[in-house]
Amino acid sequence: MEFTYSDEQRMLKDMVDRVVADQYDFDAREKIVNSETGFSADLWNQFAELGLLGVPFSEAAGGFNGGGAELMVVAEGFGRGLVVEPYLSSVVLSGTFIDAIADDASKAALIEPILSGETRYALACYEAAGRYDPYWIETTAEKSGDGYTLDGAKSVVLNGDTAHKLIVIARSSGDVDSAAGLSAFIVDANSDGVSRRGYPTIDGHRGAEITLDNVKVDGDALLGEEGKAAGALQYAIDRGIVALCAEASGAMEVACDLTLQYLKDRKQFGVPIGSFQALQHRMVEMRMALEKVRSLTLWAACSLDSPEIERRQRLSAAKAMVGKAGRLVAEEAIQLFGGMGMMDESSISHYAKRIVMIDHYLGDREYHMAGLRARLLAAQDAA
Amino acid sequence: MDIEYNNAERAFRDEVRAFIAANLPREIADKGRRFERLTRDEMVSWHRTLAAKGWLAMHWPVEYGGPGWSPIQKHIFEEETAEAGAPRLLPFGINMVAPVIMKFGTQAQKDYYLPRILSMEDWWAQGYSEPGAGSDLASLKMRAVRQRDADGEHYLVNGQKTWTTLGQFANMIFVLVRTDPDVKKQEGISFLLVDMNTPGVTVRPLITLDGEHEVNEVFLDDVKVPLDNLVGEENKGWTCAKYLLTFERTGIAGVGISKAALADLKDIARTQRMQGKPLIEQPSFADRIADLEIELMAVEMTNLRTVAAAEAGGMPGAESSFLKIMGTEVRQAISNLYREAAGPYALPFIPEEDEIVGPEFARPASPTYFNLRKLSIFGGSNEIQKNIISKAILGL
Repeated sequence: MEFTYSDEQRMLKDMVDRVVADQYDFDAREKIVNSETGFSADLWNQFAELGLLGVPFSEAAGGFNGGGAELMVVAEGFGRGLVVEPYLSSVVLSGTFIDAIADDASKAALIEPILSGETRYALACYEAAGRYDPYWIETTAEKSGDGYTLDGAKSVVLNGDTAHKLIVIARSSGDVDSAAGLSAFIVDANSDGVSRRGYPTIDGHRGAEITLDNVKVDGDALLGEEGKAAGALQYAIDRGIVALCAEASGAMEVACDLTLQYLKDRKQFGVPIGSFQALQHRMVEMRMALEKVRSLTLWAACSLDSPEIERRQRLSAAKAMVGKAGRLVAEEAIQLFGGMGMMDESSISHYAKRIVMIDHYLGDREYHMAGLRARLLAAQDAA
Repeated sequence: MDIEYNNAERAFRDEVRAFIAANLPREIADKGRRFERLTRDEMVSWHRTLAAKGWLAMHWPVEYGGPGWSPIQKHIFEEETAEAGAPRLLPFGINMVAPVIMKFGTQAQKDYYLPRILSMEDWWAQGYSEPGAGSDLASLKMRAVRQRDADGEHYLVNGQKTWTTLGQFANMIFVLVRTDPDVKKQEGISFLLVDMNTPGVTVRPLITLDGEHEVNEVFLDDVKVPLDNLVGEENKGWTCAKYLLTFERTGIAGVGISKAALADLKDIARTQRMQGKPLIEQPSFADRIADLEIELMAVEMTNLRTVAAAEAGGMPGAESSFLKIMGTEVRQAISNLYREAAGPYALPFIPEEDEIVGPEFARPASPTYFNLRKLSIFGGSNEIQKNIISKAILGL
């Protein structure tokens, strides 16, 4: 058992922390969030130059071959700064999906533009009726000639508004909720028949509603084998969950630090409000919530290569805990900041929003609890 | 970064498992699993089994008879013994008075008392709390006055201690006494070792809400205690008291016990039926089990992180307060759900010697639930732990 970072992991952490500390103060972030694209192309290029965009990719794909721990280190650092660049959508979700599904001969060519920052992808998977179920896919892929025709609608596609390319998950066969029969296609975001309604999200990111109306793609747009995208989808989502939990952990850490400082600085009744026991105990609850998220995130990050049952349990446990403990930290932070916690000009309100809204990506607490319940029942059948 | 046990750690775990399998009597493990009380002899016998192997006092330095384990080895030992249903080791001698004697005692005290703790010749009780001194321990009133009579000089001790766990089995008690009433309350306290067979010592049972006799009150009336039984300097007993409270608290989370209890709970939820269906198929019940599973995983990994920090040389200090709160909250929550799982059969209150009513698991459900309310009260109440964290970690 070894809980300390290796030298390489420490260097990675220092690098991420430095970029965030130097370039991502509150005002800089506000400018980026309110810009037209909602992210900074300059920073994106810097991330590429520093090698951060290659962290989760295999060596075959030209990547850093980072595991869960490396992904955690990067995402935690991003969480501390509330970084809004499209790392989760383009690198973690789309990139590792391609890494998992494409054969070694083609993956390097596909991933090179992602890790160089040149091409940004978005994963167009989830649909309104399926909510958080990645296998509930009504979008269809019909074979037509050498290619396919795609029809359907994708909801709240993270960074779908500005992505150059989309990975569209569509059903080529099987029931509406079946893992079998899902196929993945690379679709140019400006293709005929693709319409995008972009919008800001309440946590400072960007999303899009995407409709695919009679979209024609070539046969070579298909990633991997027809009908067999589910495994790679799960691979990418698992990495996305680790990244989100780690981001939550980093953001919660800062929310706790800011709140603690406020308790020391803010005076009422002639004394720092941190001298009141009722508030001290609430602050302790926040720190305990943070420790729980750190612990389960670490466990999930170190379990990406564990057998299916353990991996699912630990990822769902971590994500469900983020939903519960994150909400506690966010709500308490606002409460302890009082009126200042309600202000758009206070950074704490932005941390609170991101921490709470992380629950709404890749399965909320309710969704992951349902998975854990199902696991209890499966163990029942096995017994 | 690697959360799995390495080969050496796995080999050690196997060694512990094999030892338990070969040496923990079946009837003791069964009693432990059924939450039944052990007799004094049963407890002593398990302590001696471990002592013979050199595993009883795992936190002790090797020179005093400790096994020289790393924090991870200690964690493995705690977890394996708890999961096997082994009796919980009595902390009062091994982990409370012994470290104080090692740190502050004279050579004669070390030579005399430490071997007797290992051999269980002495069964120690803790004399800290008083009726008027709970969380505010330093306000204790038990008085010790130096006095000379025909037998020579000694302390004459008067006062009352309370919540003395298993004091009915003990022959020795360490007490905090007031030796100087005229100074700041922390500065007039001394740490004394008292033979409970001395005239003037009376132990009276306190029956708790679960009907058990686990704690006692101990009265000292004109008890003569030899001056040699003072540990450390006179009026410096608060230093000893605080040292004792911070000694090796990584086991405080009780992860192994909670894991065993949760596994039990799941078994029960699979066999108990409600309207024909197993309890575990009730979504709200399954949800609460799943929630406890997540919470326990969080405590387990937080505990491991603390253990690993200790292994790397960082002494766990106030961090153990987090573990105490988290660990006791989850254990209480498990016992609450266990009580609910018993359904209507949580009600019959049947003594151990009588024939059971309803399913076997149900008998201890409510008594255990009520008994474990103590977890958030003793060892520094969870509110006191939050005060400690506020001060020591948060700087508030």
